[in-house]
Amino acid sequence: MNALNPDVINRPAASGRSMVEVNNLSLIFEANDAPVHALSEINLTIHKGDFVSFIGPSGCGKTTLLRVIADLEQATSGEIKVGGTSPSDARLNRMYGYVFQAPALFPWRTIRSNCALPMEISSQSKTHQHAQIDKYLQMVGLQDFHNKFPWQLSGGMQQRASIARALCLEPELLLMDEPFGALDEITRDHLNIELLKIWEATGKTLVFVTHSIPEAVLLSTHIVVMSPRPGRIVKVIESPLPRHKTLSLRDTDAFHALAAEIRQALAEDHQLD
Amino acid sequence: MQRFKSLTQHTGFAVAVVILALLIVWYLAALWMNGQQLIMTLERTQQPWTYLEIVRNAYGIARPPLPVPHQIAVELYNSIVNQPISSRRSLLYHTIITLNSTLLGFAMGSILGILIAVGIVHNRTLNASLMPWVIASQTVPILAIAPIIVVVLGSINITGILPKAMISMYLSFFPVTIGMVKGLRSADKLHMELMMTYNANSQQMFWKLRWFSAQPYLFASLKIAISAALVGAIVAELPTGAQGGLGARLLSGSYYGQTIQIWAALIMSALLGWFLITMVGLAERWILKRRGAVQ
Ligand SMILES: Nc1ncnc2c1ncn2[C@@H]1O[C@H](COP(=O)(O)OP(=O)(O)OP(=O)(O)O)[C@@H](O)[C@H]1O
Ligand SMILES: [Mg+2]
Repeated sequence: MNALNPDVINRPAASGRSMVEVNNLSLIFEANDAPVHALSEINLTIHKGDFVSFIGPSGCGKTTLLRVIADLEQATSGEIKVGGTSPSDARLNRMYGYVFQAPALFPWRTIRSNCALPMEISSQSKTHQHAQIDKYLQMVGLQDFHNKFPWQLSGGMQQRASIARALCLEPELLLMDEPFGALDEITRDHLNIELLKIWEATGKTLVFVTHSIPEAVLLSTHIVVMSPRPGRIVKVIESPLPRHKTLSLRDTDAFHALAAEIRQALAEDHQLD
Repeated sequence: MQRFKSLTQHTGFAVAVVILALLIVWYLAALWMNGQQLIMTLERTQQPWTYLEIVRNAYGIARPPLPVPHQIAVELYNSIVNQPISSRRSLLYHTIITLNSTLLGFAMGSILGILIAVGIVHNRTLNASLMPWVIASQTVPILAIAPIIVVVLGSINITGILPKAMISMYLSFFPVTIGMVKGLRSADKLHMELMMTYNANSQQMFWKLRWFSAQPYLFASLKIAISAALVGAIVAELPTGAQGGLGARLLSGSYYGQTIQIWAALIMSALLGWFLITMVGLAERWILKRRGAVQ
């Protein structure tokens, strides 16, 4: 097993190959009582085509790190580059798609029209919009609900709609914050496989927050283990599993060994507290 | 189902009791006030009277201090059904005049209110410079300003419906601005961030997000604005020496001591206000339903 510490993975990458580069990045939220060190001294390189998972206990800064990459939060110190430019340029160039922890659908739009929103904003043609929407609603199993309003769908269905909305844009970089957290096991398996298919077929870069160790193992090429107070990376594990994955992989020894390593990294850190 | 039915029966009964109690109080008060006037007149002319006569006549005076509901109802019936609509004696004729300037003033006020709100929300300088004026404008008593507006506009040959509509506008833009500023700022933070990730420009932000978030607030304001517009139209008819409109009807009624006519005009303006607010409510339901917000 190939456990890299954050400094080792932070090799000076050929700029053409790296999608996200984070150097010594810290983020402090000023609160009334005491400042919150949400991110402390983060070093991380994500290469094009990587599937990177952030895993760690609640409050360790996974969402915050994702938001910094998306230019929704500004670092207090340190450097970050996304697609070779600043996060703000990457955002202005619509380089990434973001799936929030909550569905964030507009209640006054139908599911179809919600999915059309990002494509309307980037003025894509109506025919292209409809083709994309049909394709990805089918993928998340909502083709029969395209004319429903969000409140007519369950929480899990709403979350799937928000995933379809992000996929419709086919961004180079997909940032997903616990996208499958609200789903049942079967749907989750299905969407894991679909996401892997898209990733394999398109060579997109995925950054994925999860609380589930098996999910992280199944999906990722790299697993970033994080820890709270202050939020930091304790370990970056490169997966020895093949890039092409199937659900049956979950019964192999290599899968269990990797899961155990992640579990240990999470537990070790707990003892330090 | 059973419980629901008995509940409606129950509330219906309660409403009936309250209305009945009000009517009884009204008739007793009318007896007291009108009776006293009758007694005073009779005593001044030194005629003999009995209480029975007073009770019998108290509800039939031509210009009673307090008309009773059935007198007002008869007046309403006579001035609506028994007069051609084009006649100055028809209450509907006056109602339509007031309705026209109310609607025109309401439309102008709503548009002005929305435009000011958009300016305030999108521009920091406008927020600082315009908001105090918006608030100050409403601290000026409308009764004081209405004649000024009418006279000033009259001197530049603007007469008729427009000065009245301007006063309605003056009263109705304010609630629209206040509600709309709040509504435009009420957009969900997560939705705003979502739009940011799409690099939406401020026009797209407005038409695809803010405008919709503001709608519930807008409709609440429009209900206040339309009743304010009605008040404005009636107030504007008072000092203008207007020949038509519910305000003119109120004024001429009080000039000639026609209390029944005054009350009929008052009831009519209340009905008109109720009708206008109901219409805004229906428009709200229709629009919210069309955008799927009504469950
Ligand atoms: N806007 C904010 N202002 C102040 N503190 C914040 C803010 N956002 C997050 N924090 C704090 O930063 C820390 C990291 O939060 P973050 O949301 O990144 O955690 P997380 O790892 O995503 O947790 P979870 O798994 O529960 O989603 C937490 O201690 C949180 O209280
Ligand atoms: Mg989170």
